[in-house]
Amino acid sequence: MRPAVGFVCGLLFAVGLGLSGMSQPSKVLGFLDVAGGAWDPSLAFVMVGGIAVVALLRRFAPARPLCEPAGYPPLRRRGIDRDLVVGSTLFGAGWGLVGYCPGPALVSLGAAVPGALLFCAALLMGMAIFETSRRNSSR
Amino acid sequence: MDHAHFTPIASLVGGLLIGLASALLWIGNGRVAGITGIVGELFRRAPGESRWRLAFIAGLLGGGALVHALHPAAFDLPHGGTGTLIVGGLLVGYGTRLANGCTSGHGLCGVSRLSPRSLAATCIFMGAGMLTVFIVRHVGGTP
Repeated sequence: MRPAVGFVCGLLFAVGLGLSGMSQPSKVLGFLDVAGGAWDPSLAFVMVGGIAVVALLRRFAPARPLCEPAGYPPLRRRGIDRDLVVGSTLFGAGWGLVGYCPGPALVSLGAAVPGALLFCAALLMGMAIFETSRRNSSR
Repeated sequence: MDHAHFTPIASLVGGLLIGLASALLWIGNGRVAGITGIVGELFRRAPGESRWRLAFIAGLLGGGALVHALHPAAFDLPHGGTGTLIVGGLLVGYGTRLANGCTSGHGLCGVSRLSPRSLAATCIFMGAGMLTVFIVRHVGGTP
């Protein structure tokens, strides 16, 4: 049942991204271009809509997840550390260069958009480099 | 402001659907809908976690194909040539894993529960994105 929930949520997530404009890098860059004189604030509406629904529905969440007998995982309370700052900076730079964050890149790959495959391959490589560096540093 | 491309209703409705998908994953599977975690954690062995993650990714890809079939205008090309796409992909992949989240995990799920860590991450990656666009578009030169 959990894979079925995962699939439906992924599908719904993709449709939402497509409708929202997040799968159009020109629109993403237009949102990030606050100094250009032709700012497109649309993507702020994506955040507002998404945050409102998640905050609201979480209030009505059942005591246990419907398909996970182990219950909800504890949400770790970590502070704002160097990894968070450096990682978010690198991510933002890549996002601003290309106009893709991970979700829209995968949705665009599904739509066979030219360039999406190369970006997603590099994204997976970046994640693999992270895993390797983490493994080496923890030895 | 760019009135020609401003789409508040479509963006709001899209955001509502993204939020609904995230909330359903939490209520159904008890998992946070962070794309970075869902993809990146596949590199680690986690018994019982791989199948729903792969199914979620299949849903994202299938959803992309579906949206494209119904409304091709929902997509346009990523910015930059081969080199920019590779550098951008590496930065996004490594950076999101180091920060333990991206636009979905931090920006949506984390911010909606007012996690200070996610609020900080969201401000930083938005700021870095804005700065990068400013440098590329207004300081001159192409990456």
